Amino acid sequence: MNELFRRMLFLPEQASTVAKDVDQLHYVIITTTMVAATLIFGTAAYFLIRFRRRSETEVTRKVEGTLGWEVLFVGLPLGTFLVWFFVGYHDFIRMQTPPPDAMDVYVVGKQWMWKFTYPEGPNAMGVLRVPVGKPVRLLLTSRDVIHSFYVPAFRIKQDAVPGAYTQTWFEVTKPGSYRVMCAEYCGLKHSEMWAEVLALSPEDYEAWMQEQRRGLVSRRDASPSAPEREEPYKPARQAARYDAQEPHGEVMYGERGTLAERGERVAAERGCLKCHTVDGTAHIGPTWRGLYGRRERLTTGETVVADEAYLTESMMKPQERLVEGFAPVMPTYLGELEAAEVAALVEYIKTLRGARLETIRSEGPVYEPIGGK
Amino acid sequence: MNPSAGSSQPDITYLNHETTVSSWLLTRDHKRIGVMFLVLVILALLLGGVFAMVLRIELLTPGPTIISAMTYNRMFTLHGVTMVWLFMIPAIPSAFGNFVLPIMLGAKDVAFPRLNLASVYIYVAGAGLTLFGMLWSGADTGWTFYTPYSTTSPTAVAPILLGVFVIGFSTIITGLNFITTVHTLRAPGMHWSRIPLFVWALYGTSIIQVVATPVLGMVLLLVCFERVFGVGLFDPARGGDPVLFQHMFWFYSHPAVYIMVLPAMGVITEVVCAFSRKNIFGYKMIAASTFGIAFVGFFSWGHHMFVSGQSTFGSGVFGVLSMLVAIFTAIKIFNWVATMYGGSIDLKVPLLYVLGFIFLLMFGGMTGVAVATTSLDVHWHDTYFIVAHFHYIMVGAVLMAFLAALHYWWPKMFGRVYPERWSFLAASTIIFGFIVTFLPQFLLGNLGMPRRYYQYPAELQWLNVLSTAGASLLAFGFSLIAVYLLWSLRYGEASAANPWGSKGYEWHSGSPPAPHNFTEAPRFEREVHDYTVPEAPRAY
Ligand code: HEM
Ligand SMILES: [Cu+2]
Repeated sequence: MNELFRRMLFLPEQASTVAKDVDQLHYVIITTTMVAATLIFGTAAYFLIRFRRRSETEVTRKVEGTLGWEVLFVGLPLGTFLVWFFVGYHDFIRMQTPPPDAMDVYVVGKQWMWKFTYPEGPNAMGVLRVPVGKPVRLLLTSRDVIHSFYVPAFRIKQDAVPGAYTQTWFEVTKPGSYRVMCAEYCGLKHSEMWAEVLALSPEDYEAWMQEQRRGLVSRRDASPSAPEREEPYKPARQAARYDAQEPHGEVMYGERGTLAERGERVAAERGCLKCHTVDGTAHIGPTWRGLYGRRERLTTGETVVADEAYLTESMMKPQERLVEGFAPVMPTYLGELEAAEVAALVEYIKTLRGARLETIRSEGPVYEPIGGK
Repeated sequence: MNPSAGSSQPDITYLNHETTVSSWLLTRDHKRIGVMFLVLVILALLLGGVFAMVLRIELLTPGPTIISAMTYNRMFTLHGVTMVWLFMIPAIPSAFGNFVLPIMLGAKDVAFPRLNLASVYIYVAGAGLTLFGMLWSGADTGWTFYTPYSTTSPTAVAPILLGVFVIGFSTIITGLNFITTVHTLRAPGMHWSRIPLFVWALYGTSIIQVVATPVLGMVLLLVCFERVFGVGLFDPARGGDPVLFQHMFWFYSHPAVYIMVLPAMGVITEVVCAFSRKNIFGYKMIAASTFGIAFVGFFSWGHHMFVSGQSTFGSGVFGVLSMLVAIFTAIKIFNWVATMYGGSIDLKVPLLYVLGFIFLLMFGGMTGVAVATTSLDVHWHDTYFIVAHFHYIMVGAVLMAFLAALHYWWPKMFGRVYPERWSFLAASTIIFGFIVTFLPQFLLGNLGMPRRYYQYPAELQWLNVLSTAGASLLAFGFSLIAVYLLWSLRYGEASAANPWGSKGYEWHSGSPPAPHNFTEAPRFEREVHDYTVPEAPRAY
């Protein structure tokens, strides 16, 4: 049944855990809507024939709607639509909430390629290798304009917005290669901005990771479908100010060490440690030790979990949500820190989590904006 | 034959009482202004159509076909900008609305005739600026102008933004004019409960235009500022928020799709009644749902942003509200179909377009509900499924209604009858061509082909070829219409005063109407489209 519908509707294969549920609702909605539309149009066509004009002088009756009909006209579709909405929203929440045991990969979109960075070290361009059967959380951002990370076979899509980290997740169900495309128009080669998700068996994945760790960390992994290209024109802006900031710009792609090690270096170079400590003592700003996953009390009295989104926001818009007890003195790093540096810093902060290690992301769905807004 | 045939027609009409060029260019007559708009929007449709054909031909093969990627990207932007702002938004209100709204109310003209003339020139100026930008170097941002691409793209985005900004004033003026006219210039006997539903539709549209267009104007100006002076509003590299633009843009542009579609629904209501010889099934429901759409339409913009990083909760709220908009649309569809019940239905060409309209709107609207379902939209967002969805709705609705109106009011406007057989052929070609063009695009979207793609995976080719074949049929249908309508202007048979035997109020005037619409004061003794009372013979 599933397979039949999938083929009839021209849907791609279902390679992720959510794909099948999404499709199932898809079948129901499309079938119902098409049947309903056909019925309504069929009624119109029937009236057309049944009540066709027979003479020029024909006089018609006056027919006026009654409350009963109108209530039926409103109630029936509204009820149906709301049911669909609730089922869909249920799936949507699931699609928006990465499981607590997901592994992280940082994804950076750039005109016109996708780059992937694993916290444990390796970088890859154009090919995202993941193990089958393990949830993978992607933390997405962009170096220039908005891109959108789209894997049709997984039924996922998420915009990569410059200056913020957004997230999505998937769990692949069968080994294979899946096409990644950019779905948000991003300039000249938008339609060529492809990459590949290579789903490996856990053993193959582990072997690959081991190999990467043995000193091949900075090897660029060029994809056949998205080779690094010459840029045919310089965008009006000075080709992204981030690039002007060498050598930091290479923190994600050029240097050795895990992402967290690189983050430690960024923290020192960018002056974060002038105000933040890593040993648990509060200084001008809150300490980073144990920060990741901590519940912070804000000046507004609300609390917020310090997850990736909040950490990114605190770097970009530090005054937006201030932690209680600290002066609003932190400068914004928007446009100063490159996306890769933010990723490195976040990973570094994560390594400083101390004893409360595992509490994060097991507290049920977090309905917080995942972007930095 | 015809109930009203044989009544005398006015000798002096708005067309022949003055014939100099300046009498047209400086006219304050709403009918002439309507005709001028009609010509202008048809030119825009033609231009946008040519762009569309080039795009479709380019997509015949997976790789480069006839134009370069850069040209393609500029072309789809021009297609979108031209179609949306130069055709779909002004088409029905500015052309047909201007022509029939005052007549339907029994007024001599709109409330501000000079402003009305100004709106033509503002439209021309805006269109000129936009065209200038296109020829200068052409923007490649898509009609949605998403930042930070639009603030950094090396193409000439600024003139196009300014052009659209200027056109916005034309829209606002038309809206203000209609609102004031409805409030102040109704003839004696024209109670609120008698106002024709086309006028109600225009009234609702005008409210959206007046409220929402300034927001668009603002956001477009802000993008211009950012481009020209480098203020950092939307570009994160300068400290801005790129998603802010999307909120502001869709706050206008979601309601804007109703600016396009509500007047179309108004036309459909008139035509269904006239050709079914029936009063509308639920007058109040149709009028009320217009305002329901106008109102809720303002609170569903976030359904364009489910994957933008907006909060999950926000997406849920926007999803529910979108369902409400769909309900108001459904109400109208049910009422049109119910109107046909018990009627005396004459399947003339305008009604054929109405059937096309109902068919397309239904599938477009139903897929709208599907894409408003949050989990499904993640897969469909920014793919050809969306392209198909909004073409079904917007082109299906606006174009079908535009053509219905064109044929329905052609005798009213020009006093000529168009050739029935040719027009039937053209209408069938267009409706069939339309389905062949856009149905495959739903499937392309399911397969995962993103929109705005110059190149695509080779396995998607046959669906694209099919779509292009449909587009060619469409183009053929349009050329047919162009030929026979131009022909009928000169050689067409003279029309009776009320060739359809319609009981819409606009037929109280002659066809074509006298310079000030009526030679004697119109009397509104019955409700609009009440076919149960015989009409007294009328001198025009
Ligand atoms: C009745 C008139 C309608 C019109 C004129 C219309 C028009 C449009 C247009 C122009 C777009 C594409 C915008 C773009 O991205 O360029 C669009 C997208 C969309 N429409 Fe409609 N639509 C209509 C009805 C509906 C209804 C009834 C619903 C929901 C119940 C709906 C839901 C959506 C959604 C969710 C999207 C965004 C999908 C996405 O981009 O992922 N629409 N519509
Ligand atoms: Cu892109």
